[in-house]
Amino acid sequence: MIRTGTRYRLLALFVLPALLVYGGFAVYPLLSSVALSFFDSDNGGSFAGLGNYIYLFTDPYVSERFWNALRNSVLFFGIHLVVELPIGLLMAALLTSNSIRRSRGVYRTLLFIPATLSVVIVGFLWRLIINPLWGLVSFPLLGDAATALPTISLMSVWQYIGIPMIFLFTALIAIPNDILEASRIDGARAWATFWQIKFPLILPQFGLITILTYIWTFNGFDIVYALNGSAPGPNYSTDILGTMFYRTFFGSSGQVADTDLGATIASVVFFIILVTTAAYFVVLQRRLKTYEL
Amino acid sequence: MTTVPFKQRRVRLQKGEAASATLVHALLIVFAIVAILPILVVVMNSFKTTMGIFGAPFAIPSAETFNLDGYKNVFTRGNFAANYANSIIVTVATIAATIALATGAAWALVEYKVRISPLLTGFFIIGIMLPIRLGTVPIIKMMVATGLIDTLAALVLVYTAMQLPLAIALMMTYFRSVPTELKEAARMDGAGEFRTLSIALPLVRPGIAAVASITMLPVWNDLWFPLILAPSKANQTVTLGVQQFVGQFQSDYPALLAALTLGALPLIVLFTVFSRQFIQGLSAGYGK
Repeated sequence: MIRTGTRYRLLALFVLPALLVYGGFAVYPLLSSVALSFFDSDNGGSFAGLGNYIYLFTDPYVSERFWNALRNSVLFFGIHLVVELPIGLLMAALLTSNSIRRSRGVYRTLLFIPATLSVVIVGFLWRLIINPLWGLVSFPLLGDAATALPTISLMSVWQYIGIPMIFLFTALIAIPNDILEASRIDGARAWATFWQIKFPLILPQFGLITILTYIWTFNGFDIVYALNGSAPGPNYSTDILGTMFYRTFFGSSGQVADTDLGATIASVVFFIILVTTAAYFVVLQRRLKTYEL
Repeated sequence: MTTVPFKQRRVRLQKGEAASATLVHALLIVFAIVAILPILVVVMNSFKTTMGIFGAPFAIPSAETFNLDGYKNVFTRGNFAANYANSIIVTVATIAATIALATGAAWALVEYKVRISPLLTGFFIIGIMLPIRLGTVPIIKMMVATGLIDTLAALVLVYTAMQLPLAIALMMTYFRSVPTELKEAARMDGAGEFRTLSIALPLVRPGIAAVASITMLPVWNDLWFPLILAPSKANQTVTLGVQQFVGQFQSDYPALLAALTLGALPLIVLFTVFSRQFIQGLSAGYGK
């Protein structure tokens, strides 16, 4: 056994490099960004209190953009929630079926391939396929404010569906065989076995992938930017929090760059994610854990 | 008397199983077609003339429509060789740094238990959920202050920070499975702690492979940080290069499709080769 003092020294020696990089380039920037949102860099960096937040929520133009982006981010997540997660679960359930055991690996790899593409490729690929001039649909899905964001969301679902699939597949095959054997002897049908036994057992993992999807979609930026740039139209109908943050911080053709407001938007998004995630873990995940084996 | 119904039941069960296998295959094939066909359409059309693309977008290249002009244009007008080199440098350096730092940290967090170990572990693990991107404003300020702005090193630092939490979580699960006897025997023989770690390393090789494969995808495919931290022509990664190329050559469809194909293929190939490690990494890293 190594002495306590030595253990502290060894821990410091081995952990410090990782701690410095992670602390310096991940944790510190996030906290510093929150700090920045309370200052006014145009006024020589004076303390602004909640000034930036008040401006964000009350300025007629800025607040309209913000609420619009927030609504769009909620819709972007909502479509992932009702399309990606259920279909991902179905794919995972199909993959665990014993009757296809030998081709399982092939299907798993094929179904995951879209997730290996970059959003740039996914965006342009689908834009070509749904191009009204020569593509599969004659309606300009991306050109209409009502269909543009749902269309982009579905492109993102197409790309990332492999992630919940793999996640839930791993959870499903980890269920001990004797539990399933018992239900088979009881004569339960596959459908009933799935909903009454398997699904309750993987609920904690289903909850976790739901919250991760929430975090990822609220941080969304790439696919919208790749398709529509930083002032995503038509008429901001595809503007989500990530694109609004980018546009505010870097400026665009119609807007001058504003560092403080950018940091403020980033902080608001961070708070939204933090509060929701914390609430989820305190209220739900703990309750789900009680089912765990 | 009793054997007959039993036999019947068995036959029916087998039939049911065969039917369900067919149904499962059918559904999975439909899903696989939806996943793969759009990619195939792009790859296929990248080998066609503009006329061939517009005339019959879903036909395979024929003798008249086959054409490599798209690829020629990409290589002469685009900056692909340099972009590839940048992406490879950034991805490989990030993987190496992540493995080195995460292995050390995970080893120490599992091996040298002191009162603050759980706290330190929690501090790292929480990073799996932290949206690092929201710290972009201070990251830029830091990179400008240190002169690292618009260098590949800036990308490597940020990506390593971003990937460390998941990598540490993953390596910890592997280090926990290294038998205590092995480590104690090494220490008895007078091995120092670095030597003991190097004796344990071969046992966690699957973990290292898993870290490498889950680090590869988000780093290679990221658009946000290359756009912000290394946007100049000399430092563009493939993802950013493709983004700019398709922005500039909107009407040159063969070149556009060739650029998309060149951007997509390396990772599809790598993923297909390393899919087992990748899947293992994804499930072990988040699952714990």
